[in-house]
Amino acid sequence: MKYIDEYRDSALAGKLVDEIHRITTKPWALMEVCGGQTHTLVKQGIDEALPKGVRMIHGPGCPVCVTPLEQIDKALAIGARPDVIFTSYGDMLRVPGSTTDLLALKARGADVRIVYSPLDALKIAVANPDRQVVFFAIGFETTAPANAMAVDQAARLGLDNFTVLVSHVLVPPAMTAILESPTCQVQAFLAAGHVCAVMGWTEYEPIAERYHVPIVITGFEPLDLLEGILMAIHQLESGRAVVENQYARAVTREGNLEAQKTVARVFEPGDRTWRGIGSIPSSGLHLRAEFAKFDAEARFDVGEIHTQEHPACIAGQILQGTKTPLDCTAYGVLCNPQKPLGAPMVSAEGVCSAYHAAGRGLAAPAAFPLYDLKAAPR
Amino acid sequence: MSEKGVAEPAVVPIVDPANLVCPAPIPELARVLLGHGSGGQLSAALMRDVIGPALAGGGGEGAAAAVPAGPLNDAAVVDVAGNRLAFTTDSFVVSPLHFPGGDIGELAVFGTVNDLAMMGAQPLALSLAYVIEEGLPVEELRSITESVARAAARAGVRVVTGDTKVVGRGAADGIFVNTAGIGLVTEGVTVGADRATVGDVVILSGPIGLHGIAIMSVREGLDFEVEIASDTQPLNALVAAIVAVCPDVRVLRDPTRGGLASALNEIAGASRVGIELREETIPIPGPVRAACEMLGLDPLHVANEGKLVAIVPAASAAAVVAAMRAVAEGEEAVEIGTVVSDHPAMVTMRTIVGSQRIVDMLVGEQLPRIC
Amino acid sequence: MCLGIPGKVVEIQTDGPLRMGKIDFGGVRKEACLEYLPNVGLGDYVIVHVGFAISKLDEEEALRTIELLRMLDPEGLELELGAIADGPAAAGDSTAAGTA
Repeated sequence: MKYIDEYRDSALAGKLVDEIHRITTKPWALMEVCGGQTHTLVKQGIDEALPKGVRMIHGPGCPVCVTPLEQIDKALAIGARPDVIFTSYGDMLRVPGSTTDLLALKARGADVRIVYSPLDALKIAVANPDRQVVFFAIGFETTAPANAMAVDQAARLGLDNFTVLVSHVLVPPAMTAILESPTCQVQAFLAAGHVCAVMGWTEYEPIAERYHVPIVITGFEPLDLLEGILMAIHQLESGRAVVENQYARAVTREGNLEAQKTVARVFEPGDRTWRGIGSIPSSGLHLRAEFAKFDAEARFDVGEIHTQEHPACIAGQILQGTKTPLDCTAYGVLCNPQKPLGAPMVSAEGVCSAYHAAGRGLAAPAAFPLYDLKAAPR
Repeated sequence: MSEKGVAEPAVVPIVDPANLVCPAPIPELARVLLGHGSGGQLSAALMRDVIGPALAGGGGEGAAAAVPAGPLNDAAVVDVAGNRLAFTTDSFVVSPLHFPGGDIGELAVFGTVNDLAMMGAQPLALSLAYVIEEGLPVEELRSITESVARAAARAGVRVVTGDTKVVGRGAADGIFVNTAGIGLVTEGVTVGADRATVGDVVILSGPIGLHGIAIMSVREGLDFEVEIASDTQPLNALVAAIVAVCPDVRVLRDPTRGGLASALNEIAGASRVGIELREETIPIPGPVRAACEMLGLDPLHVANEGKLVAIVPAASAAAVVAAMRAVAEGEEAVEIGTVVSDHPAMVTMRTIVGSQRIVDMLVGEQLPRIC
Repeated sequence: MCLGIPGKVVEIQTDGPLRMGKIDFGGVRKEACLEYLPNVGLGDYVIVHVGFAISKLDEEEALRTIELLRMLDPEGLELELGAIADGPAAAGDSTAAGTA
């Protein structure tokens, strides 16, 4: 595939790994804030190929993982209604709420449907005028333009059976919150390439300056990640701290202005709770007053929501990067992809699921339920 | 307001999650989920925890175990007066009924023929059972049945018995088809998931991911255009070619639901060996890779319907590949890995940076990803 | 964020309320909304995320990245490192450029 295969060349990957080793003279801690990047780093073993002292801390970059428990529980309450067709991106379906998840709800007869694009949810609303269609609008800045367009179109079409349950989160406030934490060990960031394709990088310049942290906007293929890491370490080794763009083929400084305009017309920033982290000021997007009639939380009375995280789940610390799945007592024992206790084990790009699929820290192979491994091998 | 003058509640849920008080982890095993049918870890768990024990214990004290002990293979081998009879069944619930490259009729015949072939048996006869949803056009039923006939002729097998039931609208996705088949295991051939041995070579008969992507391309909500068709085809001729040059073939498996990764994991587990794959040797057609990229799926987890994996002693590998390539169904056969003593029950593959990564089994339903 | 993949615009449809296009991803074709890239034309490559084209691929930059990587030498000359650090300068912004 063009523009993908070239960035997976193993010979070039080897060169980049060698170069990183050559220039690294001190231990460094870098953080990526993107589930897709976390997934590739762990799956391809890139984090383990880095010099011993270089640590990749996996930040809260998976929007599925950080969607607050309250929003999941509200989604479940709304999805359970017989008059509702609940539509969502696929990876939200197995995220555990306080007591159940959307997939289990579907098994019990609720009309829960996976959509690839928010425009598909709109089509369902147009095709089913006697049902209420609710779309679970989650994501970072990358997905906000798509979700905004759906709401904008619903307004233009005058639909009265389409609403969105919003749970958008923004990256820069999360980075700032992490940097402000007294236990912060992060010395450089890899910024999420597609978030920046939409937003550009002007918001990151003050962060790099104030906290003196290099920020390298990085793509998603193995060569992109290796090059981004190389650029970050190069800055660290020379004491520089600026924003650099590794993903130049897709990202410009201003970003996509058309997309930003539509997002700003439909949404406004507001406080948002991040699952496992807590409330971060101005870190989320909410529907503007003019679009309030498309807010699922206003249209449906979901009653009292009592949230309860599983006590053994340390997702919060994992999402902040202060612990890894290997520090979790439930990991691989009580908590695995079939029976996840928390969001990072469910999402294909959550840190815990990435570790589990790679077999890290698991004494026995991930799941071989049918055979007795204690018997001697042939 | 109801007739009784009492205000109706604003929310009328099917189930109110807020009323559940148990703090234990989500009891998803109280209900069967779609993922239990996908061929991955959930399916295995259902077999291990529910179906297996119920069959074994349900006959009561002293009754012979309903399911013989041993690893799960594609077909059972039953001794009938000194002959080894392979016996298998499969249900086909694909939707839509027609997809690029085939239809449910062909799938139903080739699926069962192939399960017999994977035990080293040549198929003798099939049964055909229909569960038809009320309202299915008769022309559709005729077309599917003609497809069954063509497929059976191509595979050299006869449909000798069957059954037809009709259920109400909404209960069967158009039509569900079950086929069961019997065949005789070729003299001298003993294949089984537990027979892979350290040093053996893993051979794949051709490109993977075609069937699963062809189905997804026409599934509602995900539709995309792609110029690929399902690879559904009979494999008994291919198996005959393999056993002719290598009667000592250890394992034959067609990687259907759950894909190549799940099939190899089951074999590695049953044989208590490790399997190491070489990523660059695994043939994945461009459009399959592209579709997987788009949806966030792993091609190794995508279903195939006309491919097989053969595990053979290293000394026979070259001859087997040559024999396979001489047959139409195996013309792209290639060696993709080896059986090792390291990491028993695990399948690994070399990563782009040179380390070994674990190739895991599919967990549940393949859900397209956003991120 | 993630899962945005590159594809080529092979068709543009302007008859509906939104500017839509058919995108070819290495043999797979799917519809995507082009509203956010009003200047993109047939034959251009775009990044598509959840059915929306969000960024046009700069093919020169893409080639440049690969060329720079190929220049990487195990001996590691300063020249190469300097070239990588100066990369963002080509995008025209001095804030992002490094000093060689």
